[in-house]
Amino acid sequence: MSSLIEPTDAQLVERCRAGDDDAWRTLVERFSRYVHAIIVQGFRLHGADAEDVFQDVFAKVYENLGKLRDDDSVRPWLAQLTRRTCIDRLRAARDEAVWDELESPEVDETLARLDDALTVRDALASLSADCREVLDRFFARDESYRTIGDALGIPAGTIASRISRCLTRLRGELTGRKVEAPTSG
Amino acid sequence: MNYDLESLGELLRALPPAPSAWVQAAQELPPRRGALDDIVARAERDVEFRRRLLADLESALAAEGYDAEPPVLDALRRRLAPE
Repeated sequence: MSSLIEPTDAQLVERCRAGDDDAWRTLVERFSRYVHAIIVQGFRLHGADAEDVFQDVFAKVYENLGKLRDDDSVRPWLAQLTRRTCIDRLRAARDEAVWDELESPEVDETLARLDDALTVRDALASLSADCREVLDRFFARDESYRTIGDALGIPAGTIASRISRCLTRLRGELTGRKVEAPTSG
Repeated sequence: MNYDLESLGELLRALPPAPSAWVQAAQELPPRRGALDDIVARAERDVEFRRRLLADLESALAAEGYDAEPPVLDALRRRLAPE
C-alpha cells in the first residue's frame, strides 16, 4: 500500500499564503517535531521557555511567509528562524559568558543531525501507513512491542520483524533503490 | 548520511512528537490572528481602549468580552509594545 501524495513544502507555503488554514495546519504538523527538537536538543530549552519559543517561531513563520523568496527553502529558513529565536531567548535570560556557547560546533552538529532526521522522516511519508505507524511508534514514540501490538491489533512477536522490513524499505526510499520486501507491512 | 539500519533508527528517534497542545496552539494561529488583528485595529482607533490594554491587558479584554488565551495575550503584548 502506498501513501497518499503529500503536498511539497513549496505547495504548502503557497497555499498558506493564499489563506488556506488546512495547509497551515499541515505545515505546522510537518515541521513541529523539527522545531521542537531544535529547541530542546539543540539549545536545551525546556518547559515554558521551550513552549514560548515554539509558539514564537510559528507566529513568525505565519507573519513572514510572504517574505520567503523561495518556497522550496522553507525548511532551512525555519531552522534558521528557530535557531535565532532560541538564541534571542537565551541571551535575554543569561549572562554574556554563555553567548559563545550558543554558536558552538556542538549546536551545529546537533542541527545537522536533526536536518538528516527530517530527511529520513520525509522519506517515511512515502512508506505504507502500516510501516509509518510501526516505525514512528517504536523509534520516535519509544513504545514497547506490546503497546504497539495492542494498538495496531497485531501479535507483539511480529513487531521486530515488521520493524526490520520497514527499515529496509525506508533505506530503499532514501537510497532510491526499489527494495523488494513482503507486502504484509 | 549513513543509511545503515541502526543509523536510520537513531535518526527516527531524534524527532519525537512535539507536545500535542503546542502543536494544536500553533495550528490555531490563523483564527486567533483574526481576533488579534481586530483588537489591535481597535486599539489604534480608540486611545482610551489602548490605554486600558496597556494598563491591564487581561482585565481590559475581559471587560470587553474578549476571551483571550495566553498565546494571544503574548502576541498582543508584542504588538502593543511601544516601538
